[in-house]
Amino acid sequence: MTREDIVSKTKEILSEEFEVAEDLIVDDAELQATLELDSLDYVDLVVIIEENFGFKVEQADFTEIKTFSDFYDYVQTKVN
Amino acid sequence: MMRRVVITGMGIYSCLGTSKDEVRDSLFAGKSGIIFDAQRKDIGFRSALTGMVEEPNLKGLLDRRQRKSMAQQCNYAFVSANEALEQAKIDADFLAKNEMGIIFGNDSSSKAVIDSVDGVRAKGDTTLLGSGSIFQAMNCTVTMNLSTIFKLKGINMTLSAACASGSHSVGMGYVLIKNGYQDMVMCGGAQEVNPNAMASFDGISAFSTNESNPTKACRPFDRDRDGLVPGGGAATLILESLESAKSRGADIIAEVIGYGFSSNGEHISNPNLDGQVRSLEMALKQANISPEDIDYVNAHATSTPVGDGFEAQAIYKVFGSNTPVSSTKSMTGHECWMAGASELVYSLLMMKNGFIAPNINFENPDEYSEKINIFAQTEQRTLRTVLSNSFGFGGTNSSVILRAYD
Repeated sequence: MTREDIVSKTKEILSEEFEVAEDLIVDDAELQATLELDSLDYVDLVVIIEENFGFKVEQADFTEIKTFSDFYDYVQTKVN
Repeated sequence: MMRRVVITGMGIYSCLGTSKDEVRDSLFAGKSGIIFDAQRKDIGFRSALTGMVEEPNLKGLLDRRQRKSMAQQCNYAFVSANEALEQAKIDADFLAKNEMGIIFGNDSSSKAVIDSVDGVRAKGDTTLLGSGSIFQAMNCTVTMNLSTIFKLKGINMTLSAACASGSHSVGMGYVLIKNGYQDMVMCGGAQEVNPNAMASFDGISAFSTNESNPTKACRPFDRDRDGLVPGGGAATLILESLESAKSRGADIIAEVIGYGFSSNGEHISNPNLDGQVRSLEMALKQANISPEDIDYVNAHATSTPVGDGFEAQAIYKVFGSNTPVSSTKSMTGHECWMAGASELVYSLLMMKNGFIAPNINFENPDEYSEKINIFAQTEQRTLRTVLSNSFGFGGTNSSVILRAYD
């Protein structure tokens, strides 16, 4: 899966699930602030990633993921 | 000092309609909301009959986090609560400054529970159930969600009393206000409508199998009844002290003047005469009125051979042969945890619009129902004081009396 594919799919699924405009999901935007994530939302994020990218995220991994760019990097290492 | 308790708002979401106006018209027309739900047959149900409601679309009304935590019956309850609050002229600003409690009848969240069990078995990982599962699966899912959505600050609890849950919720709200513990309580009942919720009930042969004619299947008090038909949805009533209603200039729909209850202390599913009679007599005593003062009895009668027979005997013993009686379950099916609340809404709609809704499909009485005054046809009539019965498994009985306010 290319980075472009990951970016495209991420925008699609996160904007749908968290009901935010796709154009707010940009590389250097903060994941938590943009999606307004609370502790329960992170559980749903784990579910979405598993359903769409096929791997289970350990919630502890989210501590290293600050921006969407970090998120794309993380997904890329997991799916390839 | 006991306080008077009035109703200032009501909302209904049922197989007879998704607003008070729709439901009023269905009640007047004697329109059944019962259908044949083919998927139940595929699953292995004896009877695929059910009252059916459409699923409300709450996107745009509630945010994602709120919707995620709501089981099916919460969605129904939210719609009915909105309608009730609107009628009561209560908005978010009012609720931020004033204390309102909530007591809802609900006695299952089967679909949510089964989905979570199926989910963890399939995935082998509880995290993959997502964040909403726990809040949907608990029995208090309705009050947990509505209290959060509407920012309610008073009593906050679910009441589980089988098919009398909704009625007891109104009764308990009445008791709290009457005794000065609360000024306002949102009361109601909610019932999920899905096969998961009703499989085990179907399994004890309680349901009518007259599948060839769904709208004729539910026939309370009729000689040829062969079982109940499940249904569901939600109903909400806003109860408040008379002082509270007057002080804010609310329109008063009716007054709650009596609540009676009892437990049979016998069989888990079979009713008995003594328990029902004691519930009725307690309600009349609490209301300080005579049986002759009741203009209409909205019967619990579900269309089961045994249950309707006992209720007909109880009504005859307390009221004799003249008091008008009908069971709106003939049109709605048995709305179970919701029924006690919805049937108070149905009774209020009759009271407000001057008619008695028919006990449809009552064609031939049996030895017990022939002694009471069952209305099989709609009748236009002024109703000043009405009583609604609700009985449930475990022998729990509830009777609530409402009176026109003047």
